[in-house]
Amino acid sequence: MELDPDDVFRDEDEDPENEFFQEKEASKEFIVYLIDASPKMFSSTCPSEEKDKQESHFHIAVSCIAQSLKSHIINRSNDEIAICFFNTREKKNLQDLNGVYVFDVPERDCIDRPTARLIKEFDLIEESFDKDIGSQTGIVSDSRENSLYSALWVAQALLRKGSSKTADKRMFLFTNEDDPFGNMRISVKEDMTRTTLQRAKDAQDLGISIELLPLSHPDKQFNITLFYKDLIGLNSDELTEFMPSVGQKLEDMKDQLKKRVLAKRIAKRITFVICDGLSIELNGYALLRPAIPGSITWLDSTTNLPVKVERSYICTDTGAIMQDPIQRIQPYKNQNIMFTVEELSQVKRISTGHLRLLGFKPLSCLKDYHNLKPSTFLYPSDKEVIGSTRAFIALHRSMIQLERFAVAFYGGTTPPRLVALVAQDEIESDGGQVEPPGMNMIYLPYANDIRDIDELHSKPGVAAPRASEDQLKKASVLMRRLELKDFSVCQFANPALQRHYAILQAIALDENEVSETRDETLPDEEGMNRPAVVKAIENFKQSIYGDDPDEESDSGAKEKSRKRKAGNADDGKYDYIELAKTGKLKDLTVVELKTYLTANNLPLGGKKEVLITRILTHIGK
Amino acid sequence: MARNREGLVLVLDVGPAMHSVLPDVEKACSMLLQKKLIYNKYDEVGIVVFGTEETGNELAREIGGYENVTVLRNIRVVDEVVAEHVKQLPRGTVAGDFLDALIVGMDMLIKMYGNAQKGKKRLCLITNAACPTKDPFEGTKDDQVSTIAMKMAAEGIKMESIVMRSNLNGDAHERVIEENDHLLNLFSSNAIAKTVNVESPLSLLGSLKTRRVAPVTLFRGDLEINPTMKIKVWVYKKVAEERLPTLKMYSDKAPPTDKFAKHEVKIDYDYKVTAESTEVIAPEERIKGFRYGRQVIPISPDQIETLKFKTDKGMKLLGFTEASNILRHYYMKDVNIVVPDPSKEKSVLAVSAIAREMKQTNMVAIVRCVWRNGQGNAVVGVLTPNVSERDDTPDSFYFNVLPFAEDVREFPFPSFNKLPSSWKPDEQQQAVADNLVKMLDLAPSAKEEVLKPDLTPNPVLQRFYEYLELKSKSTDAALPPMDETFKRLIEQDPELISNNKSIMDSFRGSFEVKENPKLKKASKRLLRDKPSGSDDEDNRMITYEPNENKIDMVGDANPIQDFEAMISRRDKTDWTEKAITQMKNLIVKLVENCTDDDEGDKALECVLALRKGCVLEQEPKQFNEFLNHLFELCQERKLSHLLKHFTSKKITLIPKSEAADSDVVDENAGDFTVKQEPMLES
Repeated sequence: MELDPDDVFRDEDEDPENEFFQEKEASKEFIVYLIDASPKMFSSTCPSEEKDKQESHFHIAVSCIAQSLKSHIINRSNDEIAICFFNTREKKNLQDLNGVYVFDVPERDCIDRPTARLIKEFDLIEESFDKDIGSQTGIVSDSRENSLYSALWVAQALLRKGSSKTADKRMFLFTNEDDPFGNMRISVKEDMTRTTLQRAKDAQDLGISIELLPLSHPDKQFNITLFYKDLIGLNSDELTEFMPSVGQKLEDMKDQLKKRVLAKRIAKRITFVICDGLSIELNGYALLRPAIPGSITWLDSTTNLPVKVERSYICTDTGAIMQDPIQRIQPYKNQNIMFTVEELSQVKRISTGHLRLLGFKPLSCLKDYHNLKPSTFLYPSDKEVIGSTRAFIALHRSMIQLERFAVAFYGGTTPPRLVALVAQDEIESDGGQVEPPGMNMIYLPYANDIRDIDELHSKPGVAAPRASEDQLKKASVLMRRLELKDFSVCQFANPALQRHYAILQAIALDENEVSETRDETLPDEEGMNRPAVVKAIENFKQSIYGDDPDEESDSGAKEKSRKRKAGNADDGKYDYIELAKTGKLKDLTVVELKTYLTANNLPLGGKKEVLITRILTHIGK
Repeated sequence: MARNREGLVLVLDVGPAMHSVLPDVEKACSMLLQKKLIYNKYDEVGIVVFGTEETGNELAREIGGYENVTVLRNIRVVDEVVAEHVKQLPRGTVAGDFLDALIVGMDMLIKMYGNAQKGKKRLCLITNAACPTKDPFEGTKDDQVSTIAMKMAAEGIKMESIVMRSNLNGDAHERVIEENDHLLNLFSSNAIAKTVNVESPLSLLGSLKTRRVAPVTLFRGDLEINPTMKIKVWVYKKVAEERLPTLKMYSDKAPPTDKFAKHEVKIDYDYKVTAESTEVIAPEERIKGFRYGRQVIPISPDQIETLKFKTDKGMKLLGFTEASNILRHYYMKDVNIVVPDPSKEKSVLAVSAIAREMKQTNMVAIVRCVWRNGQGNAVVGVLTPNVSERDDTPDSFYFNVLPFAEDVREFPFPSFNKLPSSWKPDEQQQAVADNLVKMLDLAPSAKEEVLKPDLTPNPVLQRFYEYLELKSKSTDAALPPMDETFKRLIEQDPELISNNKSIMDSFRGSFEVKENPKLKKASKRLLRDKPSGSDDEDNRMITYEPNENKIDMVGDANPIQDFEAMISRRDKTDWTEKAITQMKNLIVKLVENCTDDDEGDKALECVLALRKGCVLEQEPKQFNEFLNHLFELCQERKLSHLLKHFTSKKITLIPKSEAADSDVVDENAGDFTVKQEPMLES
């Protein structure tokens, strides 16, 4: 905790060791964005979101990358990226090849982690492009210039950095030219095609993957079979699967890039034991994990250089410095019971790391409160065990059709957990896949983790008030009026995270103003103020509260509830003033102290002594 | 008894019908007491057993009756003795009357605490409730039970009954069971009482709440429909993970003679400029930094304070949407429950109206919540209805956190329809799968739902406490094996399997799987990025395929091919190393034996191949050193024609631009021969 004293993103009672929420991603990624800057990229346009406005393909490509850079810096700041234009007038690359320009900013290597400055300058690239870089077709038949070949070479050279064993290396190629050597003499064309494909193959042999983001003309579809299918190594079967409609709109393109730029990382390889003698292979993917601002790095305030944090264990009896003490104790029955770290991990090891099928239940058995942490997505793989996909699809179909989920025991987490495997059918929309087909593994709580709160609020022998028919009707109208059509779960940006990165960017670039971030999570005031909505709310309110609108009347329930409060419903009701006078506040738990603080709108941070002092100051007033 | 302490009386049926499950009852109770010893060590516990041969309770002595009910322990602070006691429950000989036993337990609680300590008095009954109860002296059993229940409610005694019926034999008891269930229900409607029916030992272990946690509200305030319409609600955690206790670190540095040694370990953090320096930076000289790309941006606390995202406490409704818009797997965290403020009847009504209408129309509500003032972030979540089945419990909502846009990683996966048909099940296979999903049923309508989360205990906690107990008796106790009862959680139920043997067999038979023979163990790692069930070509990411015919030697015949094959092998990391070494040796051999130009050409080609390999593998030093060495060798042997070729074929050192690790700058790469000469001449 000391290292990270007031993590703003942590809920008060969230456990400090929530490492399982953030899957550690060991390997990093190297990405080169290759952008075709030929005149054709500027002259071809697509209709934009706004009416009557056309956007050039170049603009689309550049805005996609700008957005992608921002998400790199937020989600995967360890990745190293390079931006490289080809078909340029100027050249800038280590190999000194014509028609290729590696875009960069000071204080940064050609391929490096993104910096605030890179993001800022790249945002403005279109303004300075013509002056500094310039567009010029670089594939010339006579001189045998081949800028595509050169670009691949430069990109490959950039991607030499880092070992291919620990890192993923990728190129993203943005172009609207589906037949780069189309207007050449046949012999030259063949030659150029051959050498370029060989160049691409060499790169792929080095473990670099080349991904194509083609931009289509409104009236002419990008024809991948002309040239690029060989370049990226697609065979005919897969052509149908290759994105059909990319590049029609900016938003689609952004969407595509967003989906493809993050390498599909298998969080876990899982063996799914269906029954004795039949195990299949699955891959687990972390598709949903809370994005959090990076951890705090302590800096020396005079030099702004990171300081080295050294942790030492000190024996309080002798003051001796200890090497990572391995003994742990639990006071129990007046003795200290010792455990070694090894013993403790043995306790937790109760099964293999496999996923073991136990049976099936109807979906209605999966309650809304059966949830602990983000789910893991499962998709089969025939890589190691042939036949896995077939068995998985069969179970998947049966489960969807019979509306059942599988219950399984998963030994791959600490502690091992009972999980629900819920089959998810593929959902597609115009923009592509919305939900991938597969199963979602939902981690179920144990009985130990579930609290019986309902019981706390029940009053034996006294019927709880229930809504009348009229009230239900009014509620129904209200709900219809306030219905969010086309609601999608992840439509809101995290306001605190957006703010956090806006602050960082402003400080990094020495700007005085922090760009305003919009809190999308606030209710839509305009919508709420529409007369029909206001009326529906008013009617509902009237049906519940009657004519006495403001003060909620405390009716008969009050006295009873007070009694209950004193009894069991509330454990925090102490006479704090009395306790403070007698100096007994320290006997209360932190939680109890916080009850007082909360009730009086005081800050909740700090150690126990701080809380007590705060209460004393408050009472003293 | 101080506040916040609980008085508990365990009322345990030890009659003959219970004998088979008593070991599990003992386990559950001992776990409960163990946790009290650690977390609530001032709690007080009494134990009543019934169905015993003898009778031993105060009521029997004072007014008679209450036979076969024995007080094993009066209410006292929990201690080691009781934890032991509960593990050796007597085996009774007669069918006991649970009503008698309950009255004895209630009497103990009342005598001990009087009217004080409302809600902190708890009766816990574990029985099969299959034995007849005695008729009361006057009135009906119903009257009697209602009176007892009302008395309990008045005294603020909570009661929980765990009814364990695994294998009831014969229908002779049916009437008795029906009556007993009816009586237990009467408790539920007249007192703070609940009854849990369990059928398996595992659920029995899970049904007893062994850890007492004081429920604390996370939030008390308004659920705002709009600024004029607000509902008063309280929010609690419905689900929160119970963890192992936090164990302290132990220091054994103090001499054994030191009786006052605390054996504690303190953790100190020092902040230093560099790892080597001894200079420690004072806390006030530190400043927080956040990573932003490759930079670390320092932010002062003031900056954070003035710039950070600010929030105001409250729950605001954003709107309603169809439940099908919120897929189940989007729930991000443990779950909260939103209950109406119990003192506000109108709020209870409002929640009831919305929850019931939501359930009726399959809608959910989307809300934005800030639980505390100044909380660093807002959360967006979904309210789903929790319509109460009990008359006396108000309706409420469950609250689940939903992901923000930044939290979602959308990877496309191949559609199942688009996979090759050889990967898809045929009709017969589909029918077999349907059968398995139908028949391997954990929620048969006639019986208890098996492995219900609400009744399934955490095996790790169970094991820890068992181990702790063993260690307290003998410090070097070995870790006990996994408890048999928990096998039902980890493995398939043998009974279920044997009942469905033919289905299991046909499933096994229909879906044959085999290890991919093409795949070598060590190359698996490289394939980690394959998206799932696709074959090699399906992927846009081309990874190295290990060479089919393993080359493990650079031979004389085709040295270059051998070398290239070897260096690209990925099944072991040392192949690269081996290939380079062997290639070097071969080149030296060729150079040494070089008599005519032919041999020389071959050597040069090998050098070129080696250079290419070293660039690919980013091993510039290996090559550069070797090239210098080779150069010396040629000079020594006066192989000037070879030296000439070096220049003509443009063999250079590997410069930085080709391999980042190289310490040769680009300009010097080409003219290494020039640089070398003076050195050699001297």
